[in-house]
Amino acid sequence: MNLATPAIRRQVTTPPAPASPFPYNPGSLLSVLDLSVAAVSRLLQRATALEHEDPIVRDRILAKRRIALLFYESSTRTRTSFELASKALGADTTLVSNLSSSIEKGESLKDTGLTLRALGAEAIILRHNSSGAAWLLEQSTRLPVVNAGDGMHEHPTQALLDLRTILTHLRPGIGEVGPETLAGVTVTIVGDILHSRVARSNMLLLPRLGARVLLCGPKELLPEQAARSGPGIEIERNFEAALAQSQSVMMLRIQAERLAGLQLDLDEYKAAYQLTGQLLAAHAPSAVVLHPGPIIRGMEITAGVADGIQSAILEQVTNGLAIRMAVMERALVPSEQEGGRA
Amino acid sequence: MTALAICGGRLVDPAAGVDAAKDILINDGRVAEIAGPGKLKGKNGAQILDASGLVVAPGLIDIHVHLREPGQAYKETIATGTAAAAAGGFTSVAAMPNTTPVNDSAEITRWMQAPERGAQVRVFPVAAATRGSKGETLNDFAALKSAGAVAVTDDGRPILKDSMMRETLAAAARIGLTVIQHAEDTRMTQGASMNLGPVSFKLALRGMPAQAETSIVERDIRLVSELREAHPHLHVAHLSTAGALAAVRQARRNGLRVTSEVTPHHFLLTEEHVGLYDTHAKMNPPLRSAADRDAMIEGILDGVVDAIATDHAPHAMHEKEIEFELAPNGIIGLETALGLSLRWLHKEWRMPLGRVLGLLSAQPAALLGLKGRGTLAVGSYGDVVVFDPGAEWTYRATESKSKAKNTPFDGWPMLGKVRYTVSEGRIAYALQAADKPVGTGAL
Repeated sequence: MNLATPAIRRQVTTPPAPASPFPYNPGSLLSVLDLSVAAVSRLLQRATALEHEDPIVRDRILAKRRIALLFYESSTRTRTSFELASKALGADTTLVSNLSSSIEKGESLKDTGLTLRALGAEAIILRHNSSGAAWLLEQSTRLPVVNAGDGMHEHPTQALLDLRTILTHLRPGIGEVGPETLAGVTVTIVGDILHSRVARSNMLLLPRLGARVLLCGPKELLPEQAARSGPGIEIERNFEAALAQSQSVMMLRIQAERLAGLQLDLDEYKAAYQLTGQLLAAHAPSAVVLHPGPIIRGMEITAGVADGIQSAILEQVTNGLAIRMAVMERALVPSEQEGGRA
Repeated sequence: MTALAICGGRLVDPAAGVDAAKDILINDGRVAEIAGPGKLKGKNGAQILDASGLVVAPGLIDIHVHLREPGQAYKETIATGTAAAAAGGFTSVAAMPNTTPVNDSAEITRWMQAPERGAQVRVFPVAAATRGSKGETLNDFAALKSAGAVAVTDDGRPILKDSMMRETLAAAARIGLTVIQHAEDTRMTQGASMNLGPVSFKLALRGMPAQAETSIVERDIRLVSELREAHPHLHVAHLSTAGALAAVRQARRNGLRVTSEVTPHHFLLTEEHVGLYDTHAKMNPPLRSAADRDAMIEGILDGVVDAIATDHAPHAMHEKEIEFELAPNGIIGLETALGLSLRWLHKEWRMPLGRVLGLLSAQPAALLGLKGRGTLAVGSYGDVVVFDPGAEWTYRATESKSKAKNTPFDGWPMLGKVRYTVSEGRIAYALQAADKPVGTGAL
């Protein structure tokens, strides 16, 4: 059709995009890509060690260190988990939420971060509704920033705790992990991939340990370009076919708050993508079922599956505490940062 | 006004077909005489500018800038914006109407050109096509034209309704005004902050499909074709997609009066330059795919594209230091357009110097009908840029004459350093050791 356009005659070379200056602080965890596989392995080992550590000894690791939790979105699991993890290491935490602070008066993220730093915060855990917010906060404050979810973009501690959960079931007792640890394992992520930071972090992390990530969902919630986010990512739109290949299935909530006018027939969606007991028994009778929460029972997952024997949903929550202890230790203890950069 | 003689340089005036060692005399703001080297010295007691080893060319013309006055002087003023223009070699700028209030009246159009604004170079207002740029009621084009408007546009708030665009094209054609369209179907770009594609998915930012630009350009061309008898002139602002370029190419083959401009950032950068949420790479239209970028280069090199324009869009620092999806669109560009064009179009891609300069002067002058500009033929305005064509330098945003520093080109290598910018016979900018402009009086 485009006969009017002549073929490109010349080799075009323009300057490449500059290398990323992030992270500025070696304690930061903005993206799962900030971590080398060795650093992931170290975090998993520290999570286990910290979990088993004598609480009195553990309490000294970050004794009286000041950690701010800056939350622009509501959260149950992530906020409580980060808070308990920080406190378990002896840190003092303070919560700033957008609904009860000067953020309501129009204070910018940069100014809020600088204010927290001036108040003595040594690290900031940020949950924010804009993709990329954690990068802005890190650039502005140069503090260790831990991304607890930025818009639809990333949620690295969730991916790490999902990894820990998967390993517990599929590679029990493993010590160090490496690029081949999950070779032969297919993890299927199902549902609202487009709006999911959990999906993005998992699809960037799991293939680096050898897993194959299969994305499953309707076109509106799973655009084709998702498969181009990195290596080891494929799309399988047929739920049954995807289940049949999976050793682990991660169900996602439809993020109604981010649909932005997108019309979706929920009955149709349920018919095609709801994880039911029958489907699981027929196609993936031994797969580990994950869900980052909050779960909407009867929507993406039936109550029976959520509470069933294949479900690891509450284990995920418990693993979150261990992983976040390790992540906060890395944020503030320089010896945990060595060799941690990818 | 005293006379000014620019002596010893290489005069490159593509519109006049000149590329030779010539001296040039400017008297009363106009080119009075062009002569062989050394012949004009001492004539009329003229002040002499030594242009030895330098290129002397028609002052550059940027047909797409945002000067932010009236109403947004904290971002830029007509004085600071035109000071940046002068430093970049520009002697004429066409100022877009998305000011506060919108420039939809003869009063504002005149206000922008008043001497009190302190413009360092000539400002040509582009007025809003519809009242308040709301796309509902056509403005009085005749009144706007007589007040000095050189084109009409609802830049940034594209005219979506077919009937309104048709009326705009027809009314503008009747009095000989150009209609400039920022081609974006905003129904497809709600909440979007970059190009739609693999990068926007990765960064989890809502994306603007290329189709949002292409479909409006195709619609507008169809309207121009339907109104063919009236000879409307459609100018497509900041073209950024291969599809829209193909549509423009075909329209020209079909003999329609459709012109276009491309910005340096759209022929140099791609969506990858957004990096990790760099708001200096956020503009509208957004940086596109590598294939789109390559098409822009090809369109410039093969002559379909008429002009290079900067879309100079200054914003205060604090406005850009926020969440990517909340940050305003736009980058500054007046001081980097020549350096980037010479460095890439001329040096890298071997476009003859005269053609590069034509894209930055003669062609934009012709498409907006700026008489006596874009050439240095005797009798034209004494708008001149004198630059060192071989000088390699590094652009530093902090040194910008603009109030704003929002640019993705900070630290980029440039080719060709402006030494003097002469606006209607007055030195509006002179590179000095301390890099201070000498021109202080307003036009």
